[in-house]
Amino acid sequence: MSDTTTAPNQAQGDVASADFDLVKLLLEGRAFFALIAIIIAFSLLSPVYFSLNNFLIMSSHVAIFGLLALGMMLVILTGGIDLSVGSTLALSGVVAGFLMQGVSLEMFGVVLYPPVWVVVILTCGVGAFVGLINGVLVAFFKVPAFVATLGLLYVARGVALLMTNGLTYNNLDGSPELGNTGFEWLGFNRLLGVPIGVIVLALVAIACSLMLNRSALGRWIYSTGGNERAAELSGVQVKRVKVTVYILSGICSAIAGLVLSSQLTSAGPTAGETYELTAIAAVVIGGAALTGGRGTVRGTLLGAFVIGFLSDGLVIIGVSSYWQTVFTGAVIVLAVLLNSIQYRGGRRKGPAKLSSPQKGTASE
Amino acid sequence: MTLHEMQIASEQSSSIVLSARNIAKSFGNVHALKGVNFDVHHGQVTTLFGENGAGKSTLMKVLSGVMQPSSGQIVLDGNPVAFHSASDARDLGVSIIHQELSLAPNMNVRDNIFMGREIIGAGGVDYAEEEKQSRALMRELEEDIDPLTLVEDLRLGQQQLVEIARALSVDSRILIMDEPTSALSASEVEVLFKVVRDLKNRGVSIVYISHHLEEALQITDHAVVLRDGEVTASAPRGDISLEWIVQNMVGENFDLGSPPEGYAMGDTALSVRDLTVPDMVRKDRNVVDGVSLEVRAGEIVCIYGLMGAGRTEMLECIAGRLPNASGSVNLLGQEVSSLSIAERIEEGLVLVPEDRQRDGLVQTMSVGKNLSLANIQAFTRASIISRRRERNIIEGAIKNVTIKTSGSDAEIGSLSGGNQQKVVIGKMLATDPKVVLLDEPSRGIDIGAKAEVFRLLAEGARKGLAVVFSTSEVGECFSVAHRIIVMRRGRISAEFSNDVTKEEIMAASGEAVSAIRPSTGVTL
Repeated sequence: MSDTTTAPNQAQGDVASADFDLVKLLLEGRAFFALIAIIIAFSLLSPVYFSLNNFLIMSSHVAIFGLLALGMMLVILTGGIDLSVGSTLALSGVVAGFLMQGVSLEMFGVVLYPPVWVVVILTCGVGAFVGLINGVLVAFFKVPAFVATLGLLYVARGVALLMTNGLTYNNLDGSPELGNTGFEWLGFNRLLGVPIGVIVLALVAIACSLMLNRSALGRWIYSTGGNERAAELSGVQVKRVKVTVYILSGICSAIAGLVLSSQLTSAGPTAGETYELTAIAAVVIGGAALTGGRGTVRGTLLGAFVIGFLSDGLVIIGVSSYWQTVFTGAVIVLAVLLNSIQYRGGRRKGPAKLSSPQKGTASE
Repeated sequence: MTLHEMQIASEQSSSIVLSARNIAKSFGNVHALKGVNFDVHHGQVTTLFGENGAGKSTLMKVLSGVMQPSSGQIVLDGNPVAFHSASDARDLGVSIIHQELSLAPNMNVRDNIFMGREIIGAGGVDYAEEEKQSRALMRELEEDIDPLTLVEDLRLGQQQLVEIARALSVDSRILIMDEPTSALSASEVEVLFKVVRDLKNRGVSIVYISHHLEEALQITDHAVVLRDGEVTASAPRGDISLEWIVQNMVGENFDLGSPPEGYAMGDTALSVRDLTVPDMVRKDRNVVDGVSLEVRAGEIVCIYGLMGAGRTEMLECIAGRLPNASGSVNLLGQEVSSLSIAERIEEGLVLVPEDRQRDGLVQTMSVGKNLSLANIQAFTRASIISRRRERNIIEGAIKNVTIKTSGSDAEIGSLSGGNQQKVVIGKMLATDPKVVLLDEPSRGIDIGAKAEVFRLLAEGARKGLAVVFSTSEVGECFSVAHRIIVMRRGRISAEFSNDVTKEEIMAASGEAVSAIRPSTGVTL
């Protein structure tokens, strides 16, 4: 019945949506409702949870996952995946730390101390470079995204370990004489009471949102993930689009790396391990389809906040970290479960999706 | 089925084995079926005709247990039954073979036939027994397919036979076949029809659905025509003709148009020289082998050929999807063979692909965004989208190609097949092309939508568009095309003006003489 004329289909859709408005609302806004539920539950369980200051602290934790998740979402929208974000975060932090220690040029016998803004740009460049390698492997050499980025997960982590010999840069302060102070400003400081990391997250999110909704690139990203072949035949340069999203993901990881090392006032090569999985979880909880083509900035941010507020809440009420892992996993599984309910049959049978009763009977 | 049962069966050869009584099926307040009566005659082929959206698929899903009717009754062998699921129906001998085959290509024929009901012996799956039964089934079908062949190594026609074997292996007495020939070559269709006749002789009743009316008429014993969820006519083969079916299907006379005239054609818009495309699988041969053709502005050229004649590959190569080994593609005097697809679109050369679901539409995007996808640069400035200008372009496209939709935000899946096809065509026409290539633009859409698609092509040609479309239905050569080019095994085997006969075209395409259907005098 997928070929009826439009008018009846529409009527069908209207009827279905009238009957199942509440279900649909709950399903589509699930990340939002989950967040509300988490806040209410923990506020009841702990007197310190519901306070502005706690929210800001938790948000600054969320900022790291949020930045990774936004880059991850861009990749997932094209139907890919980027497992290297956690390692890229660590590598970026280490590179920033390395640059803050001063770069000695033996040839000229001088030690260069780049100012912080130069460090930031160079570090983002490192992230972009990792993304470029990912993108070229995936788009031009047809390496499955999972495998290519898994490789970079190891390589980037290995390079970070090599650069520091496994140690951590603890002095990121710079000194006024050298003109390279201000690294702590990136994540440690606050602007009007708001942690800088949260502001960075907000700015990146706005940029991503504008890019996805208001630019040609955004349209290309959605179409590449929705149907790569159709996009290509419509003149979308799908290879360039893919390389671009991996580069953007790399840059997001680098920004996250800068914020994290600033928050911690140290840069270590083991930072951000398994963060790629948290980022993927945030994207999925936010309602994006891992098959590509569906997902929003708003959803992904909500997903990141759900994970962050949940795990911080568990810490505050004193649940063991082992249980935290179990809870986080359960939330992810639940999210994927709801995702598959939402997108069930949506690829081929447009109208069938609108009519839940039909689906129920068909699957009996 | 035992021999005894078969004898009984042949004695009641004219009886009705399965019938639908007053079946209604509603989705919300949409009535897909409105009290349909439908009889399946024992050991005969009952064909269900109808346009897309007439309710054919719904009726078949009800009969095979995939869906339950809102009201009405299914009567099997005189007893009312209720199928709660497809496996319920299968247990009672009713099987359905869907248009998209449900075989696992990575597994062999034997494993596919017994998938989900493996024969378990003492030491696990009894492969030897399965293989023996598979061989016996293939022998019954008189088809020399080794049960240990991987399904992906079989031709599509053979894969279909594997599906049939699977249905027979569960003793299906009633076999529902939904568009079984849509992807088969003429010779494969012959094999399939032979099998269908054999099945009839063994007492299997067939329900057959096809868009290919002439073909279906060859094996039909009873015809039932469905329109808007109601049976408009039913009659035995002796009483019907192609005209009768078409009239009952669409309710009015239809023709697919005639070549537009009354204007001067322009200069050569597209010139292809010695185009050669190597076969991706078999490197020793070319799928397109030294093809040259010229199309003038305002001209419509039809390319006819069987499956595998190289039509799709040639069009995809001209559009830039496939690389050419040698030869040149010249658009309005400019060589374009080194340009990317995007650059060719910009120069005015576009392709409407054959498979709209796979290559034409982005299912996750709305109707409007699909329509504007190929034309994004027209409404972006400094890479920022102007929503107002995009809306103008989308609304223009919806109007130009007359898409029936609730609005540009509607989901692609909510459109009928014909309207989806118009979205793909409208998307490419919105780029304001000089040359448009259409690969089987009429595939899987109903006659009304076909006529509209051809009308669009004629309209475009009048405005100076050069049009090349391909088809595998010979009747469509006689629609709006000024010229008909026949392809065979990667080469152009003949070129005709539009006063040629069907027989000449089919002879040039290499269809066996026996496959030529008698001319019915109706241009479809």
